[in-house]
Amino acid sequence: MVDVALWSGLRPLVEGRDSVEVEGRTVGEILNALRRDYPALGPTLDAGVSVVVDGRVIASSLTEPVSPDSEVVLMMRLKGG
Amino acid sequence: MALDSSKTTGFKYVGTRPDRPDGLDKVTGRAKFGADAYAPGMLHAAIKRSPHAHARIVKIDTSKAEAMEGVKAVVTRADFATGIEGEFGNILENVMAGEKALYDGHAVAAVAATSALIARDAVKAIEVEYEILPHVTDVDAAMQAGAPVIREGAADSSVPEGLHPNIVRYYESGHGDVEAGFAEADLVIEDHFLTEATHQGYIEPHACLGTLGTDGKGELWCCTQGHWYVQKVCAALLDVETSQLRVTASEIGGGFGGKTTVFIEPVALALSRKANRPVKLVMTRAEVFKASGPTSSTSMDVRIGMKKDGTITAAQGTFRLQGGAFPGAPCEMTAMCAFAPYDLKHVHQVGYDVMTNRPKQAAYRAPGSPMAAFAVESVIDELCNKLGLDPIDTRLKNASREGTRASFGPKWPRIGLVETLEAAKAHPHYSAPLKPGQGRGISCGFWFNHGGETAVSLALSEDGSAQVAVGTPDIGGSRASMALMAAEVLGIPYEDIRVTIADTATLGYNEISHGSRVTYASGLATIKAAEDAVQKLCARAAAKWGIPEDAVYWEDGYAKPSGPNAGEFEPLHIGDITATMGATGGPICGHFEATPEGAGVSFATHIVDAEVDPETGKTSVVRYTVVQDAGKAVHPTYVEGQFQGGAAQGIGWALNEEYIYGEDGRLQNAGFLDYRIPVASDLPMIDTVIVEVPNPGHPFGVRGVGETSICPPLAAIANAVSAAAGVRMRQLPMRPSRILEALESAVDG
Repeated sequence: MVDVALWSGLRPLVEGRDSVEVEGRTVGEILNALRRDYPALGPTLDAGVSVVVDGRVIASSLTEPVSPDSEVVLMMRLKGG
Repeated sequence: MALDSSKTTGFKYVGTRPDRPDGLDKVTGRAKFGADAYAPGMLHAAIKRSPHAHARIVKIDTSKAEAMEGVKAVVTRADFATGIEGEFGNILENVMAGEKALYDGHAVAAVAATSALIARDAVKAIEVEYEILPHVTDVDAAMQAGAPVIREGAADSSVPEGLHPNIVRYYESGHGDVEAGFAEADLVIEDHFLTEATHQGYIEPHACLGTLGTDGKGELWCCTQGHWYVQKVCAALLDVETSQLRVTASEIGGGFGGKTTVFIEPVALALSRKANRPVKLVMTRAEVFKASGPTSSTSMDVRIGMKKDGTITAAQGTFRLQGGAFPGAPCEMTAMCAFAPYDLKHVHQVGYDVMTNRPKQAAYRAPGSPMAAFAVESVIDELCNKLGLDPIDTRLKNASREGTRASFGPKWPRIGLVETLEAAKAHPHYSAPLKPGQGRGISCGFWFNHGGETAVSLALSEDGSAQVAVGTPDIGGSRASMALMAAEVLGIPYEDIRVTIADTATLGYNEISHGSRVTYASGLATIKAAEDAVQKLCARAAAKWGIPEDAVYWEDGYAKPSGPNAGEFEPLHIGDITATMGATGGPICGHFEATPEGAGVSFATHIVDAEVDPETGKTSVVRYTVVQDAGKAVHPTYVEGQFQGGAAQGIGWALNEEYIYGEDGRLQNAGFLDYRIPVASDLPMIDTVIVEVPNPGHPFGVRGVGETSICPPLAAIANAVSAAAGVRMRQLPMRPSRILEALESAVDG
């Protein structure tokens, strides 16, 4: 299981928790598990998120590996100029 | 043999300052920009725009225009695809209004004619009947109960119930207990800050030449930061197959984020399809101001608590961003960047994306971050002043560093904020005496940087030179950087490499040149493509020598046997291998396609000295120093140019630039005479210090540098001006009239 930290705006959607645990070995599997286990997060995930894995901001690649002891944090998707 | 060119020291080409490859073309006028393209039978287009800030379109009568001699096509919203929703639906609504005109300058129809003059006359002959609606252009007013609703149902699921429909996105993050943190503070300061919308001010207006046949095949030449994105958007808006539309990016006369989206290209293509002729469309400067994308304006509240020793105990910010008539203002970026430089136990930030009757905001270098820094770094400056603390020591005491938790959640990897603060403190500028009437300001700034989809192809010629095809328009000198990185891997001179921006038919998808990603992502791809080519060169040498491929290595442009056991052979120069490549296996090319995800974040610290004339309110920036972490400066002159450019644009944003709207909701200053960008005589020499804390996500340690440089200036200048004037400035721009008002208020107070 991987602990996924949520930004505080998402916490009301998961009964106030600041993180949730899901199964997954890649960013894509983590996002799919979040959709499956926490449907209320679906619209936010569909709108686009970045995933920070051990300090690296993963903006779009679903194949990036994640290990059970990784620090995983959801972030709103980044844009730049 | 496995090749890995990763290194952060011992470079031969990277870190040198050769001439720019596009320099001669640009100084001789040979470079072709957006408006420099011509085609046989080409028509000229013009756009009919709304004169109202908010109005229902009752009727559009194009008959008189269509009857004019020389007019070949007129289009309205009916000539575009239907049923498009989401991001592309918003772009279509912005490109050509549907039921309502949403801002002064919103396109409602367009004409193609045999001359630009006829096209402009025909636009005047189009009759539009409007039902004028109430409008709102101010962010705080747009959030109030009773404010005119710009577009019903535009809010996404992030917005809590009960908020005004103009609030279309909401972001909240943080950790700890801010009230408990404020209770620990010796001093808590809370202030309200305002910034106005500013334009990127690129010198070249949007321009394109489009051809689209009734067979669905098209060609588009345009000035853009991302031609694959233009291809994708135009194909959707015109309901044609993406691959049938080939898009070529022109040279670009500035973008800064403002050319990351689409405004006129689908209009030119729709007119071309209707007229069956190529159509050229060039925005006027007034159209650029009214109908492309400026920044968000903001309304912000920031509260910070500090102990007497300088420890920040808690920080809280609310950031309201006005994004024009469409969702997309970067409220979450503003909130996430606001407190990023600091290691905070208790922090909370909230962002609102708010719609108004203004043009859709667009990215502008580190979108959202400069405004946040203005508010946060101003409050930190006030706290330091009132507690008698040194502003750099205080920032060092609280600085984010590797392993501390960022205000938006994750722990930081290796970052270079402390190094920029230490370099700033050691710089002679920081200890130089000030003259009477002058003040000094400090600010930090932060930007994420980005990777994104990237494809690069490298082809070797028979003479041993190399052609590199990249898909990211060169908005900041990237052709030079790519050539240097390829030279480093291939071991051939910089001058032997030509880098070209390929069209959409030549490479796989390349994300836009944004997010300071080009030197990082296209650079990484260029290194990998060059390594791929080197591997093939080594294989050809191995075949010639009759030894295993892994017994050959590459050094300084030569294939060499890896040791005595490999046999004794004269090293083979790249040119010796490529001269016979047709007969030894065929052309030698290298490729790389990936989505690199290791873009390293970047921090900067700026020092500014400003002088205020108390009689006129005029501010002069008299000394400016930029200190920024570049990871590794591939071409230091370009890096310094990015540092200076960000500072120069920040000076304009801080002191003079602003969108001014009248009571009628119309833009009052849509031209460079009334919208005052800084010119050379307004600027001091901007000194630069390149800090290099290598990014572990790039083979040579590169971090993006193009955006971070505009994050600290608003705050650093405001802190300098506030010190010089003796009164705290909390609203931008700090134009002379505003300075005088502040001085008078201070006297009256």
